[in-house]
Amino acid sequence: MSSRVGVVVFPGSNCEQDMVEAMRLVGGEPELLWHGDATVNGVDAVIVPGGFAHGDYLRPGAIARFSPVMSAVAEFAAAGGPVVGICNGFQVLTEAGLLPGALQKNAGLKFVCAPAQLRVETTNSVLTRAADKGAVLSIPINHFEGNYTCDAETLAQLRDEDRIVLRYVVNPNGSVDDIAGVCNEGRNVVGLMPHPERSTSELLGSTDGLPLLRSLLSV
Amino acid sequence: MIFSVHVEVRLRPGIADPQGSTIERAMPTLGFAGVSGVRVGKSIRFEIDAVDEASARAEAEDLCRRFLTNPVIEDAIVELEPAGVAS
Repeated sequence: MSSRVGVVVFPGSNCEQDMVEAMRLVGGEPELLWHGDATVNGVDAVIVPGGFAHGDYLRPGAIARFSPVMSAVAEFAAAGGPVVGICNGFQVLTEAGLLPGALQKNAGLKFVCAPAQLRVETTNSVLTRAADKGAVLSIPINHFEGNYTCDAETLAQLRDEDRIVLRYVVNPNGSVDDIAGVCNEGRNVVGLMPHPERSTSELLGSTDGLPLLRSLLSV
Repeated sequence: MIFSVHVEVRLRPGIADPQGSTIERAMPTLGFAGVSGVRVGKSIRFEIDAVDEASARAEAEDLCRRFLTNPVIEDAIVELEPAGVAS
């Protein structure tokens, strides 16, 4: 059975079509969810894609979390529905309080656009359940504010509860504890800075995003 | 009563400030030596209609906490006065 995947579109999102293509490739049935509609339209999973939602005004994700669709996404997440935020989508989910911590500007002052090596730290999440623990995936990053930070207590909790989903093999942006992606307590909401939808074909240099995207489809 | 509010949003101590660092590093090339500790923040001004100063302040602080700052990485300093008073 194919899985319906909703891809949220804010004014300023720019990775939604890549994600639609990628989801088709792994056998999902993608559809776009407009930010102004307060519904997730009965989909089986929700993706908040990359871009610059609402121009990143004030802070990345700060305005997006007030879009009507986000209350529906929060309800969907609270009911256990799989939600993944990628890049700007990760920033939106932290601002919305669906994930802990925040993304600050990269250490080293630079916008980073490069392939990153990521280690799968747990397969107990909606994004990694079809991946192999310990596997190293090559998936590109493309961000200026991807330097994950949180207070010491939150970090200890993330470690203790095995909620650090992906770590950078070589830290590209200063993220605390090399964190590239984290999940919520229910393990059904995941945020990550790298773009798995851009690692879906040998033509793009890597197919390592495929196991992550497949994880999202109903199992 | 209308109150003029000025919010200064600052990055919390220890949070990376690439803009501040870049500005600081540019200064010696312009001949400004001995400047350090540059931090870049935001200045936000608005007006609030409230019954008194305490409730205006409470509302402004709530607004800062829930929207104007991300408390994980930013602090806010709220200044407020009755509108129309020259500052």
